[in-house]
Amino acid sequence: MTIASAVGELAPAPRPAPTPGRVWDIVLRARELGILVVIFAVFGGTTIYNSSFASSASVQQLLAGASIYALLGVGETIVIITRNVDLSVGSVLGLSAYVVGEVFLHNPNFPVPLAFLVGIGVGVVCGVVNGAIVAVARVPSLVVTLGTLYLIRGVDALVVNGVQIDPSSIPGGFIGVGVNNILGVPWIFVITAVVVLVVGYAMRTFRSNRDLYAIGSNPAAAELAGVPVRKRVFWAFVFSGAIAGLGGALWLAQFATVASTAGSGYELIVVSGVVVGGVAIFGGSGTVLGAALGPLLLNTINQALVAARISAFWNQAIAGGLLIAAIAFDRFVSLRRERNLRLRRAARGA
Amino acid sequence: MTETDGGRGPEVSAPAQCRSDAPVLVLRNATKSFGAVRALIDGSIELYAGEAHALLGENGAGKSTMVKILGGVHHPDSGVLLLDGEPITLAGPSAARIAGIAIIYQEPTLFPDLSVAENIFMGRQPLRTGRRIDRKEMNEHVREICDRLGVKIDPDQAARGMSVADQQIVEIAKALSFNAKVIVMDEPTAALSAREVERLFDVVRTLRASGAAVLFISHRLEEVFEICQRITIMRDGAFVMSAPADEMNVDAIIHSMVGRDLETMFVKSGATVGAEVLRVERLTREGVFTDISFAVRAGEIVGLAGLVGAGRSEIARAIFGIDDYDAGKVFLNGDELQARSPTAAIAAGVGLVPEDRRQQGLVMDMAIDQNVALASLSRLERLGIIRRSAEQELAADWAVRLRLKYGRLKNPVATLSGGNQQKAVLAKWLARHPSLLIIDEPTRGIDVGTKAEVHRLLDELAGQGVAVLMISSELPEVLGMADRVLVLREGRLVAELDRAEADEASIMRAATGQLAGTPL
Repeated sequence: MTIASAVGELAPAPRPAPTPGRVWDIVLRARELGILVVIFAVFGGTTIYNSSFASSASVQQLLAGASIYALLGVGETIVIITRNVDLSVGSVLGLSAYVVGEVFLHNPNFPVPLAFLVGIGVGVVCGVVNGAIVAVARVPSLVVTLGTLYLIRGVDALVVNGVQIDPSSIPGGFIGVGVNNILGVPWIFVITAVVVLVVGYAMRTFRSNRDLYAIGSNPAAAELAGVPVRKRVFWAFVFSGAIAGLGGALWLAQFATVASTAGSGYELIVVSGVVVGGVAIFGGSGTVLGAALGPLLLNTINQALVAARISAFWNQAIAGGLLIAAIAFDRFVSLRRERNLRLRRAARGA
Repeated sequence: MTETDGGRGPEVSAPAQCRSDAPVLVLRNATKSFGAVRALIDGSIELYAGEAHALLGENGAGKSTMVKILGGVHHPDSGVLLLDGEPITLAGPSAARIAGIAIIYQEPTLFPDLSVAENIFMGRQPLRTGRRIDRKEMNEHVREICDRLGVKIDPDQAARGMSVADQQIVEIAKALSFNAKVIVMDEPTAALSAREVERLFDVVRTLRASGAAVLFISHRLEEVFEICQRITIMRDGAFVMSAPADEMNVDAIIHSMVGRDLETMFVKSGATVGAEVLRVERLTREGVFTDISFAVRAGEIVGLAGLVGAGRSEIARAIFGIDDYDAGKVFLNGDELQARSPTAAIAAGVGLVPEDRRQQGLVMDMAIDQNVALASLSRLERLGIIRRSAEQELAADWAVRLRLKYGRLKNPVATLSGGNQQKAVLAKWLARHPSLLIIDEPTRGIDVGTKAEVHRLLDELAGQGVAVLMISSELPEVLGMADRVLVLREGRLVAELDRAEADEASIMRAATGQLAGTPL
């Protein structure tokens, strides 16, 4: 037996120097803070250029404009955290807005709080359909919700059938929720903020919600840990539907008029906003707060371009660029970590 | 305990009464088949409280199947499982956990995005008023467990980015939080550094002291003697022997693990060895393999032996350009392989038959002829359009040469048996007339008859002057086919054996780090 001559006789092979990876851990954890900084930077920069950008009316418009996207982002986040996606939110919003409008058309004195419940109810029904197909029949959610996106839009068009809902048929009290302010802050923003805070707290605090992270982080391990995977995924879709339904009622309150195209295209804006906000598209990580800040950032940039009189064309290009930058950033961070881990292990194993 | 498999191997009998107390867990005569493959023929073991028990055997001896039976992942076809003397049936992984059996797999199954504390307590987090998770309490529990284990881990740290060693500690902590009575560790030290192994052993000693029964699977015999009180050896899916560790020695263990008749089914014509085809110089991929240098000449079959995880397939992947390497060079027919990509390797005349046929070797839904033609498309196309007739011609030719058994060449390759699928992969590369063929586990999951055909094929190829680098976990195959054997251990080349001096014991010694008197 001969021992391979390479062992021991030659100098050890050249070894690249290990690089510290701790900084990135901190950067990654502070994702929400980072977005806030960018929001304020964009805001500050635009204000220097155009001081009217910081006027209270402009800020109110900024907050109100981002609110529904941010709200839908909350529901979308819950679904994405479980390694699924809900593309039907825009259609659900449209249907809900129309159904609530229809209720007012036939019952002008319908109580305002109940109207919101009707909107949520419409969303719950749609969410049950999505959740049942995904969780019970085990069809990929991308396909299921792409189907219901069109299906619900079709139902919407059928129900609308040319009947226009206009401001005259909607009670002033309801519209007030969409356009009025409380202490200078738009009501619609306050509602969104409350939802974000409550859901954000719940996502941290309750076992069933931690299950959602477990499912998205490692589905096989979640099964091994006894997490009721299908049940949780089902309720995630129901919740996303309910939020989209609430969004529909708020949408009606904000715009006071509904056509069959209401909310179309929202799903992609919401998903991009959520991903910009640090929610991993493959599930397992991200916060509701980040998911709400993402759309706020996109809307701030949007408004800033208007204030800076830059062509609206840039708007979508920047949103797209930001999305890719956010994903590239996440990928970069994870690759770096992987490499650091390998090098650290090699250094220790030597 | 003195159960044996009926005298097929050497028997080392333990004293009839080595402990007065009854075993915590007994598995007796468990069997498990997957289709036609009998993975476990006689799985038997007895685990005692406060004892670390080593389970030893070659790759494919049935250890992992037995572990999965204890973990409730597989259900045995027959056999008895007793826990504290009571028969028990494990319906699934959670049933095993409730019964107090915790399995720590080689690759930890954690939630990478969640904190250490949440990984340990997922679904069982301590609660305070309003059914809210009590994070303070949860972290306190984790610290308590870590103190008991004598390790320092931040409960708030995310599992992603933790070393495998730390992840294993998290898995062990999880087992403790369940108050597991039996803790099974499947090759826990395979990916650990020496210092991490020391820490793990301290943890194992702590577990033993607290009265847990530990089942420890390892290929490193020195570790077994350091930490274990009892040893059970398996071979070819069956129990061979069990004895207290202090009554065993390395020679007896290796003999029991290997001790089978050398099969004489191998055709070996001994081709004339020609010019050097592959030369690998000081190839290093940090943390995977280090400073690998060797050569393969035309007409030569070089066997790459070693335990699972020793870095054999990884070296093949690096040569073929799938994985990058940090240092070193690869030469083919005298020219350095500059571009590190499979395309460049193929162009330079390399073929790779991967270990995982279904995932990496074939496109399962595509037709047999298309699979065979896949690597030769540039020769078969005219003006960028693939000529179907040329594909069929090529495939039909090779099907005859390799005696492929098929229905129609247009059928999906998935319709072939395992052995014939392997022939299809071989045909794909042979159609390119490679100068170097790397073949990873040439006969895994192949029936005996076709196995011999694959061996004959490899021998013929060598006879035609092809250089063959063969990775195999089956020692008889390595010994029967290879002109030279390279033995890897933990990413390093530890021995190079000529056909004459290679035998099962010498390879196993090198692969397990038991080279007598040789500092490593």
